Amino acid sequence: MATKTSRTRPASSNGDYRVIGTRPPRHDGVDKVTGRAQYGADIYPAGVLHGRVLRSPHAHARIKSIDTRQAEAMPGVKAVVTARDFPALESDQTLGMGEANFTLKQLRDNVLASDKALYKGHPIAAVAAVDPLIAEEALGLIRVEYQVLPPVLNVLDAMKEGAPLLHDDLRTEAFGQHAPSPSNIATHTQYTLGDVEAGFARADVIVEREFHTKTVHQGYIEPHNATAFWNRDGKVTLWCSTQGPFEVRDATARILGREVSEVRLVPMEIGGGFGGKFEPYGEPVAALLSRKCGHPVRIIMSRTEEFESTGPTPGSYIRVKMGATRNGKLVAAQAYMAYEAGAFPGSPVGAGALCIFAPYNVPNLLIDALDVVVNKPKTAAYRAPGATNASFAAETVVDELAEKLALDPLEFRLRNSARKGSRRADGVAFQRIGCQEVLRALKGHPHYNSPWHGPNRGRGIAIGYWLNGGGPSSCTIKVNADGTVNLLEGSPDIGGTRTSVAMQAAEVLGIPARDVHPMVVDTDAVGYTSGTGGSSVTFKTGWAAYEAAQDVKRQIIARAAEMWKVPVGEVALEQGVVACHSKTNLRMSFKELATKLEELGAPVVGQGTVRPRGVGGAFAGCIVDVEVDRETGKVEVLRFTVAQDAGKAIHPTYVEGQMQGGSVQGIGWALNEEYFYTDGGALANASYLDYRVPTALDLPMIEAVIVEVPNPGHPFGVRGVGEVSIVPPPAALASAIYRAVGVRMDRLPMHPGAVLEAMRRRS
Amino acid sequence: MATVYIPSLMRSLTGGQHRVQAMGSTVAQVIDSLEKAFPGMKERLMEDGDIKPHISVAVDGEVTPLGLLESVKENSEVHFLPAIGGGSSVCSCVLTMSPD
Repeated sequence: MATKTSRTRPASSNGDYRVIGTRPPRHDGVDKVTGRAQYGADIYPAGVLHGRVLRSPHAHARIKSIDTRQAEAMPGVKAVVTARDFPALESDQTLGMGEANFTLKQLRDNVLASDKALYKGHPIAAVAAVDPLIAEEALGLIRVEYQVLPPVLNVLDAMKEGAPLLHDDLRTEAFGQHAPSPSNIATHTQYTLGDVEAGFARADVIVEREFHTKTVHQGYIEPHNATAFWNRDGKVTLWCSTQGPFEVRDATARILGREVSEVRLVPMEIGGGFGGKFEPYGEPVAALLSRKCGHPVRIIMSRTEEFESTGPTPGSYIRVKMGATRNGKLVAAQAYMAYEAGAFPGSPVGAGALCIFAPYNVPNLLIDALDVVVNKPKTAAYRAPGATNASFAAETVVDELAEKLALDPLEFRLRNSARKGSRRADGVAFQRIGCQEVLRALKGHPHYNSPWHGPNRGRGIAIGYWLNGGGPSSCTIKVNADGTVNLLEGSPDIGGTRTSVAMQAAEVLGIPARDVHPMVVDTDAVGYTSGTGGSSVTFKTGWAAYEAAQDVKRQIIARAAEMWKVPVGEVALEQGVVACHSKTNLRMSFKELATKLEELGAPVVGQGTVRPRGVGGAFAGCIVDVEVDRETGKVEVLRFTVAQDAGKAIHPTYVEGQMQGGSVQGIGWALNEEYFYTDGGALANASYLDYRVPTALDLPMIEAVIVEVPNPGHPFGVRGVGEVSIVPPPAALASAIYRAVGVRMDRLPMHPGAVLEAMRRRS
Repeated sequence: MATVYIPSLMRSLTGGQHRVQAMGSTVAQVIDSLEKAFPGMKERLMEDGDIKPHISVAVDGEVTPLGLLESVKENSEVHFLPAIGGGSSVCSCVLTMSPD
């Protein structure tokens, strides 16, 4: 896959930079390419034992009894744990995380089931042994008596009257009010703007369609892993692969009934996450085993366990209705969205509902969004969670509306595009956004203006929105005597953020990026930092680094003023030079001054802690050309261009990488990827041999066009860039397939069989 | 007075009004003011002296981590919104997703 990039620059108020916008080598590059980077599976504390997990063979069953005696008696087995080993749950607590009523019991039950198995692969018990084979064999000696129950595997079945209930106490919550009787619908969210019925009454053209999407994996390579040591003083150390070290530390402490300060989490390098590495899985289990046996214990999932037991992104059912006037003005939009939450509440349907019509200025809206539990693993985040399903549905309808109105699909979108002041579905007005700029970048791109016609060929476009995230973050910068600095942060690096964060500190201090040495440290070594998700790190930890560098700058100026015996107000640090305004002979470089710091006083250490406001949401759009094989239904992607508003691209190469990576995942979701479940709820394709992600051989060049509409809420104009490019590809591909062979696809994935079936139905 | 946008699922309390005026210089005072005008509002929005865990409040376009303590200006817009989890049960960075 080659790279080709171009940049369009709307007027920027951010000025010119020396470091930001350049492309220095990544700080962790050598470790990564030489194999020296330390991943979770590389950790071998002395005396470490091997943990294995017994998982439910049933998708839905009541656990009547668990007998671990034979396993415990097996030579080489050092500990066996079940949910009974958790501390007593005095009273359940709502954790208040996200839109779902997620409780501590549910968090614990997802780690080790207590009363019910809610999906095939649900952890039931765990063993620690001196050898992995002994641990594996011991699992077979654990006797579990189940009462097998019928499973529900999709949202439509789960919402039917009389459907088997996963949770006897789950009642639908609708903005602070609970339904009287139990249901598999955990949450009902509704957004309205204007009067949707009146809006449709004004419409000259209305399109209404139904869409289905399947459960999809994030596709990371490195499996979940956790090593834990429960010391005799009660302190617990965890080494694992996680996007949220502080969140997993806190969740583990809660599950184990420990003080937060008694748990230290050491984040290892991550071999891919894409949202899937936030949840605690093996960490509390390994810790319980370690407490029982007194040794460190490590649990590394197999690929099958990854697929069967960790959180995918949800399958969904979406119904969309949109109406426009004859002159191409959208006047009403309605959506009914039901997303699989998996075994416990908490799908990203709320985020999907906020994104589904976000690219458009529609005066009349009604969106109903339902979070529905089913007998599958509890869903986790996946790159712009919830938005891709939503965009596939809405953008396909938008494309059909444009066709019925005989309008160019890009021109139709531009005519209705959201801008500053447009109301989002929740009623909040957009601040400065780059929706129109992205659409214009696509419209003016040579790809859009090139010929594409040919037998079985088609072109599609789509645009998508993602909210982006923020949250608290912390950073420490230490100045060394040679003028280099160490930057300590708590954000695991999954996309080059060590460098994008270091560059923001370098810009403030006026030193090269190579002189900033970033390190992701453990949870005891830096202030609270919310996880690497929501495309938030370059925004929030970059901002923390900016503040820490400003702190260093203040101290450096004070030291120089003291040394030169001049007022602090007469000294400045600009472009790496400390100088006195009133005495031009008093000047020296940052490096020169650093050599004198030891003589001048205490070490210089800067701190930055932030909980920034001003998160800037992002838009991405794409153009795709395809050719469809009418014999096989296979879709070949011939050309692909993605344009995205990055706010300010701190390191353009990494921005392009994120845009390409998201696009590729969107293509895989669109054309290949799905979990195949048997009627009994067993996953039939739990390996990368049978779960087909695209490879470089499947893809053309992904051309990345960075659009820069600086976010006024950030010191350097940063918006998150890590997610939104996954959102538009499925809809763009569906439109391209339509133009190639005349069928409107209404379900994902659009694999060869699905395309053939659609063509057969049409004929 | 601040303008408060009422979520559609709570409009039965306001007689169908989607936008109302409320006094107060903090979110807590705005909720007190709403409760006086529309009894039942407080119970829907709050529990144990705080905003319910799965509800967030945005003032002038920003979801605020300060909740009840957030300042409200004379011409502020206040939105009560469903909290957004982004599919993670434990990640606070997506919990605090702000409207841009």
